[in-house]
Amino acid sequence: MMPDWMMLMKQLYGAVSLTLRSPLKAGVSKGEARLGPHGSRRAYGAPHHEGRHRHGLHAERFGYRSAFSPRPEEPAAGGRLDGRPQVRRYVSIAASLLTAVLSLAHASPASAYLAFVSNEKGNTVSVIDTDTWTVTKTIKVGQRPRGIAFTRDGKFVMVAVGDDDTIQVIDAKKQEVVDTLPSGPDPELFAQDAAGKTLYVANENDNTVTVLDLEKRVRIGDVQVGVEPEGMMLSPDGKILICTSETTNMAHFIDTATRQIVANVLVDARPRYAEFKSDGSELWVSAEIGGTVSIIDPGKREVTGKIKFAVPGLRSEAIQPVGIGLTKDGKTGFVALGPANRVAVVDGTSHEVKKYLLVGQRVWHMEFTPDEKYLLVTNGVSNDVSVIDVAAQKVIKTIQVGELPWGITIAQP
Amino acid sequence: MGGHVVLGVLARCLIGAISLIAAATAAGAAEPVDIAIGYLGRAGVPQTLSPLDQPAPDDGVAGARLAIEDNNTTGKFLNQRFTLIDRRVKDDEDAAEAANELAGKTGFILADLPADALLKVADSLRGRGITLLNVAATDDRLREQDCRANVIHVAPTRSMLADGLAQYLVWKQWKRWLLVTGSHDNDKLFADALRRAATRFGAKIVEERTFADTGGARRTDSGVTLIQRQMPVFTQKAPAYDVLVAADESEVFANYLPYRTWDARPVAGSAGLRPTSWDPSQDQWGATQLQNRFMKLASRRMDALDMQAWMAIRMVGEAASRTNSGDAKAMTDYLKGPNFTIAAFKGTRLSLRDWNLQLRQPILLADGRMIVSVSPQEGFLHQVSELDTLGVDRPETKCKLQ
Repeated sequence: MMPDWMMLMKQLYGAVSLTLRSPLKAGVSKGEARLGPHGSRRAYGAPHHEGRHRHGLHAERFGYRSAFSPRPEEPAAGGRLDGRPQVRRYVSIAASLLTAVLSLAHASPASAYLAFVSNEKGNTVSVIDTDTWTVTKTIKVGQRPRGIAFTRDGKFVMVAVGDDDTIQVIDAKKQEVVDTLPSGPDPELFAQDAAGKTLYVANENDNTVTVLDLEKRVRIGDVQVGVEPEGMMLSPDGKILICTSETTNMAHFIDTATRQIVANVLVDARPRYAEFKSDGSELWVSAEIGGTVSIIDPGKREVTGKIKFAVPGLRSEAIQPVGIGLTKDGKTGFVALGPANRVAVVDGTSHEVKKYLLVGQRVWHMEFTPDEKYLLVTNGVSNDVSVIDVAAQKVIKTIQVGELPWGITIAQP
Repeated sequence: MGGHVVLGVLARCLIGAISLIAAATAAGAAEPVDIAIGYLGRAGVPQTLSPLDQPAPDDGVAGARLAIEDNNTTGKFLNQRFTLIDRRVKDDEDAAEAANELAGKTGFILADLPADALLKVADSLRGRGITLLNVAATDDRLREQDCRANVIHVAPTRSMLADGLAQYLVWKQWKRWLLVTGSHDNDKLFADALRRAATRFGAKIVEERTFADTGGARRTDSGVTLIQRQMPVFTQKAPAYDVLVAADESEVFANYLPYRTWDARPVAGSAGLRPTSWDPSQDQWGATQLQNRFMKLASRRMDALDMQAWMAIRMVGEAASRTNSGDAKAMTDYLKGPNFTIAAFKGTRLSLRDWNLQLRQPILLADGRMIVSVSPQEGFLHQVSELDTLGVDRPETKCKLQ
């Protein structure tokens, strides 16, 4: 059970954040509104931070082997990933078990995920504990971090640092940069296959998609695409890679076996992001400048419909769709509308916009928690992350992160 | 003998015909649709006060070349091939004649010409299904009383530039302007636009002065000493003002003003904080990639004329991909129609004002080092598009397209 004082803090915090929500939206300075989560960070941050060892240990027991272990010849189960001597390791296990028990004792077990947020201007990655909704660590990375994703084994986080022409690898447990990948110039977004062995990187500067072998860490191929490739997404069966090119205005269909373009679908201006329904029946592509989301039939490879947005009081130019999130059942879609400061909730079947959720300024990318209870969106200009309750379709929290948050990835490391 | 000859000729004809058909079929399958675009520009470049502002010999046309490359990257997926025909006219040459030569080869011509030459070209091409894309002339009259149905204006107008600057100065609460105008016609036209902008957005011109061009070289070896004596005196005894606004398109004096005014005041307009469609320092909204591509091609960064030419050719490219055609009529109809929009690294989509075929666009405010701001400024509202708070709006237009 949660100690009484903690319970009290949690209730207090809940109350504080509730009362602060309405003035925040009414335009009161955000600095004041943020006092809530900051004040409570110390009380909750520490035990949960320790609690992460539990998950790390778990992963090692099952013998997950990562493509990024510093010495790939050694079995990961040997526990040398962090380079600590054995004795210290046992102490650490004992400590981890203890904290695991402690954290189990007071945590709400529903969500204990970590969200990694890339801060484009801050050159940092903020780590958010989704249990307490607080930033538990800020990791310094290379220049202009944007695309960010957990490796399939959940042990590492890859972040594209475009101005350093590389992808850095963060150890999710140590929460520090441990490696880099030969990505090609100016990487922005990337996609990895289901096995976590192949990484496809969009290189905006030279109109190519670079194919990397994650285990050997070498470039194994290039695909020439349109001008300024950006959005990257693999079909659920892994056979087709979608790459959107921002100035060519196309979604390129690339056969992952032959690495040849097999179709090009013209969409609206400046396509930024592509997302498949989990059953592969639909592909959604956002067009930032065009202001639409194109629905593409992946079989026919043609646009079958378009989602248009209209927010009362906003000029249509201010509506710039970027990030897309689709629930696993395909019934609900979420679309980030950039400087419109809203996330559109779209019916996955009829493609009608159901409502607009007011979030922070210049909302960009998004990610669901693995249990799909929450959706986290990055707000670039207000330097925060909004938390959306997926079932209730409501914004429940705002978390301040680093400067110009851009991408986000969430897993249970 | 004769029969053999006839047979031989027949056989040769037959073989020839067959191979011709074969070639035609092969061509039909593989030959891309060719879309040629003309660039009609002046030879030679104007003199500027600062050597850093001196345009490169390929100013403008380098932007056009980059857009041709970009269009071809897209075109390879649609079986379209774009080419550029660069034609320079000397001062004593007739631009209309050169345009008529180009007209036989292309349906679209970029015009990098002064207003009078542009009008002459537009009228000489009238009814020939050729569309001119004005990439250089900022004259408002080309979009107002002298507007033409066969000219699309990619360059912003002086009134759009002046409004973009005025909105920022008013937002900054620098509302009292000392207006200094050059003695050439184009300087006076820019001053007109600045006066109109001051009235529109609530600034006050506290005094006007004219800086007469008395001739002489733009740059001399001992120039600084003289300028340092001239400029403080020239700006002396002005009523209280917040900002000196200079209208000097002719590059005679404006760049001499910063740091030399009698009162310690910022300079804007033709020097200091300048309104422009593009600047070499612009790298927002993904422009880094565009600047990188341009640098690779031209070994320098992209300026306003390069960008205006880039946009013009991208517009033609966009029309070709959206209509999936190289037919000039279909492409022009698309450009003039309600569905045309284009992305141009300015943070918002650009479209055409249907009443005078002017490209709506944000105006960047650059100080020569950085982008200081981008207009329209927050709070200047419009019922159709905030971009229409810049320049002459539909209710005020004198244009009757024909």
